[in-house]
Amino acid sequence: MSPTRRALQRFARNRAALAGLVAIAALLALVASYPLWLGYGPNSVDLLARYAAPGGRHLLGTDGVGRDVLARLMQGGRTSLLVAALSVSISLAIGFVVGAVAAFGGRWADAVAMRLVDLAMTLPPVILLLVIASITGTGLWPTVWVIALLSWPVLARMVRARLLEIRQRDFVIAVRGMGAGVGHLLWRHGLPNAADILLVYATLQIANAILLEAGLSFLGLGIAPPEASWGNMMNAAQSSIVLERYVWLWMAPGAALVLAVLAINFIGDGLRDAFDPKSGLS
Amino acid sequence: MSPTLRYAGLRLVTGAAMLAALSLLVFLLLRAAPGDPVDAYVNPSVAMSAQDMTDLRARLGLDRPLPLQYLAWLRQAVQGDLGYSLQGTGEPVLPLVLSRVGPTLLLMLSGLSLGIVLGIGCGVVSAIRRNGVLDLGLSVLAFVGVSSPAFLTALLGLYVFSVRLRIAPSGGMLTTGARFSAADLAAHLALPALLLSIAHTALITRYTRAAMLEVLDQDYVRTARAKGAREIAVIAHHALRNALLPVVTLIGSTIGIAIGGAVFIESVFNWPGMGLLMVTAVRARDYPVIMGAALLIGAFVILLNLLTDLTYAVIDPRIKVG
Repeated sequence: MSPTRRALQRFARNRAALAGLVAIAALLALVASYPLWLGYGPNSVDLLARYAAPGGRHLLGTDGVGRDVLARLMQGGRTSLLVAALSVSISLAIGFVVGAVAAFGGRWADAVAMRLVDLAMTLPPVILLLVIASITGTGLWPTVWVIALLSWPVLARMVRARLLEIRQRDFVIAVRGMGAGVGHLLWRHGLPNAADILLVYATLQIANAILLEAGLSFLGLGIAPPEASWGNMMNAAQSSIVLERYVWLWMAPGAALVLAVLAINFIGDGLRDAFDPKSGLS
Repeated sequence: MSPTLRYAGLRLVTGAAMLAALSLLVFLLLRAAPGDPVDAYVNPSVAMSAQDMTDLRARLGLDRPLPLQYLAWLRQAVQGDLGYSLQGTGEPVLPLVLSRVGPTLLLMLSGLSLGIVLGIGCGVVSAIRRNGVLDLGLSVLAFVGVSSPAFLTALLGLYVFSVRLRIAPSGGMLTTGARFSAADLAAHLALPALLLSIAHTALITRYTRAAMLEVLDQDYVRTARAKGAREIAVIAHHALRNALLPVVTLIGSTIGIAIGGAVFIESVFNWPGMGLLMVTAVRARDYPVIMGAALLIGAFVILLNLLTDLTYAVIDPRIKVG
């Protein structure tokens, strides 16, 4: 049996991971289809129902200008997941390229790339997040870049370690002897053999990116209103009236956020255990 | 030269290199920030010709090559000159940032101490009652704790303890207008410190549990039990003391997380520390303050990690540069 199939079998036996997968699939389906079953748009205003409590016409209530919270929650989910997916893709690309350059580019390239990684990791993550955000400003793409620039160094280290190990293997030495170029080596042998780290990293990093986006937007430094995101919906709770009297405005996005992050972390942990060569070979 | 001294020497050199790298990073980011430094210098109501601007740039040294500019900036930074805030009366950055160090340290140390006590306690209990109800409950709590962002737990804590139960003040460090008293400070500190400790507790619990389980399997623990030592004595004297060794390094690495959490908790609780200072500075695009604070926080983290590693080398002489 191939290692990949064995890993998939182990994953399929992990109940927490499967539950996470089901929850995320349901969330994606809801978020993608909401304009079909919900009569309100994220920015359509119902002036007769300002600060309406949950229940009745507005299932999760409305905010101070009469916007439907459920509609904003769904649209916010789109934004948060989109930001997470885009930033993780970018940091995957940067992390893989830097790790590959370090592993295959010779001693000097390795030294430069790894010092670059050290440099990016000297500051505590949230402080670096604030510093980069102060330069990029608010909005969708700036937020994506802030999170991507924060996240690649860890991956670059893991990719480098894996590729250095693969470089010593007989099949790689053989392919090199036959005259394969670096591009072929990386694309046909490096990437497939690092796929498991990339997959596990990407999954756990999506959860992390959702948290980072929420944190930035909560501080007013990420996705700017009127665009909805889970983080900037919770920003409303910085007003004490909203915090005390209109709890649905911040508890709903908070609950959605924690559920999504928990589900993705379950999937990520399940994948990590499934691909770990040390875990039970039953 | 003894191996421990050699290790300490090498670790000091890498620490110094990291400090240099940090200063370079901050300088480059300051340069990458939008806006020309000259703009902050000129009075917009006075007309200036292109020639005047070039002269001004030359006088400020902005026409020199970047490495030279870096050295000049570094010399001033080392002497304590980090520039001036762009907001309000234009306070110098260093005293402004230093005035916020006390409240942040107070909050972080309280959170860390709580986290260490709770984390080691929960970890030991989880390990003894392995796979029991308490162990499972604690690991679920730890998982949820790791998955919920600091600002959300801060909001929930604020809502429950200060809005609903009315047993905690709703923010700030001292009651406005009241005379300073330690009790007042403690009342304001308790809730944010407890919320900040969640991240530490979750992490330390996990590591203590794993370390305890490993140690409890060792021969010397079995020997102690066989000699008829009481279970409490076995756990406290034989197991916990050895299990705590890896937990010491962990505490160093949680500092970064604690600083992140402190940024959000200070914002929610209006705690006058460095996190709140940085967030307001980022909102106002006050680059000298942002970069000055980042530089000091980074230097603090590097020094702290250096200290933990050196302490660890003294406790455990087997340690080598890895």
